[in-house]
Amino acid sequence: MLIKKAEDIRSSEITPKSLYLNRRKFLAQAALAGAAAATGVGLRELIAPSTTALAGNKIDGIQKSPLSTTETVTPYKDVTNYNNYYEFSTEKDEPAKLAQKFRTRPWKVKIDGQVEKKQELDVDTILKMAPPEERIYRHRCVEGWSIVVPWIGFSLSELIKRVNPTSKAKFVEFTTVFDPGQMPGQLRNVLQWPYVEGLRMDEAMHPLALLCFGMYGEDLPNQDGAPLRIVVPWKYGFKSAKAIVRIRFTDKQPLNTWNISAPTEYGFYSNVNPNVDHPRWSQAKERRLGEFLKRPTLMFNGYDQVASLYSGMDLKKNF
Amino acid sequence: MRKLVKVTWIDVFSPKAESRKPEAEKMLRYLKPALLLACLAPLAWLVWRALHSALGANPIEAITHSTGDCTLTFLLITLSVTPLRKLTRQYWLISLRRMFGLFAFFYGTLHLITYVWLDKFFDVHEMLADIAKRRFITAGMTAFALMIPLALTSTKWSIRKLGGKRWQALHRLIYFSAAAGVIHYLWLVKADLKKPLEYASVLGVLMLYRLIAWIGSRSVAVGKVRASEG
Repeated sequence: MLIKKAEDIRSSEITPKSLYLNRRKFLAQAALAGAAAATGVGLRELIAPSTTALAGNKIDGIQKSPLSTTETVTPYKDVTNYNNYYEFSTEKDEPAKLAQKFRTRPWKVKIDGQVEKKQELDVDTILKMAPPEERIYRHRCVEGWSIVVPWIGFSLSELIKRVNPTSKAKFVEFTTVFDPGQMPGQLRNVLQWPYVEGLRMDEAMHPLALLCFGMYGEDLPNQDGAPLRIVVPWKYGFKSAKAIVRIRFTDKQPLNTWNISAPTEYGFYSNVNPNVDHPRWSQAKERRLGEFLKRPTLMFNGYDQVASLYSGMDLKKNF
Repeated sequence: MRKLVKVTWIDVFSPKAESRKPEAEKMLRYLKPALLLACLAPLAWLVWRALHSALGANPIEAITHSTGDCTLTFLLITLSVTPLRKLTRQYWLISLRRMFGLFAFFYGTLHLITYVWLDKFFDVHEMLADIAKRRFITAGMTAFALMIPLALTSTKWSIRKLGGKRWQALHRLIYFSAAAGVIHYLWLVKADLKKPLEYASVLGVLMLYRLIAWIGSRSVAVGKVRASEG
């Protein structure tokens, strides 16, 4: 019989989802590799991919948000080939290659700690909690560079409301996946794994704090934190934990990984603050990727609406 | 008939009279220009990438890192000439050392220019603040400053004017320049010490050679004094 029944198809014959989603990119790259042997132009593309073939799934029903900035968005190829994602590599151009086969489904997120009901939610359940919005945020790395990214997600408060934290919950702690089999950077203890970050409850409930699962109109690429991450735009980028597998509500301030790594250099709050230098470099200026001149860093990365969260706090002590 | 010479570990490590065979002279005529081009290759690669927008999302950072790596690499190559020529008995290698050393200074200058121009935009006040407050900048400036007298006295004229012993003493500054360069790298990384420690261990091995050689030459000297007394 010519037409195969479902049982006749071996699972080994099924195209892996990641390859299927990236088939056009895969074919383009295969063709490119052939062309590269003949022309230097191909070589240039291999080194600096200008692929507009994006991560895969387009997200439907995206609403615009008044919280978006009107600043120029950083090109997609820069945001996807310049990543601090030490779980994969400490070299910024490596995660794009090393994360290609990273499995983002099935993916479960444990919700526990001071909540009404401890549960394990499938990520796709979480994605349906609220309509997706496009939030074009400035993103400032502690190293002194910044980008503007059109994230897709909804306010973290939407998830928090739905899981009913108890009155004892003063902080939210986020844990990134630990999987050295897929994340070669975790074979070394360059940081203590798994990666942990945290927010104070009022920070987490602020409308700006984003539960994020997409960018540039599509699913998050693996090297940018797929399938689920947070984005906290008024803090240094390392606060915006990626590939989240656990959200725990707690009464004690979480010990975040960079603070464990260098307590005098990276604090819990880590608000973008041009007046508080990193012990080893100044935070007064930043390099916006794509721009030649450096620009002055803005307090709270320009998001003044969070200032009220810290009124009365010494931000030099609580860095 | 060739005289058999017993080779001991002292012969391998201690100073010896230089010899330059005529074959080495001929080889150098082709080797030196070829190596010069090879030393320029990292710069050519950098320029090619810059012209083809292939420096990544943060080109200035890429240039800074690339020139910095080249500086440290050439410092270590320069420092490996003497151990290499003694261990392989290819004494003509000495004639390549100046070129490698000057390339370390060359890439160090490019690295400094990148910082002064593309990072600080010639803001002297900001740079002085950096040198005073940011330890890793202090270390980097020290490493560069130590290379200046070495570059200025790299000619045969300088060796004659200073005299061999004084020249050699001055050029030991390269040990401190390389060490300062490694410390500069160690003090600027956020958490990953792997690459700085790789440079540190190569430098360590190259300095260990010199330590053993120095101990060896001391024991030879002591031996000679004892022999003359006895």
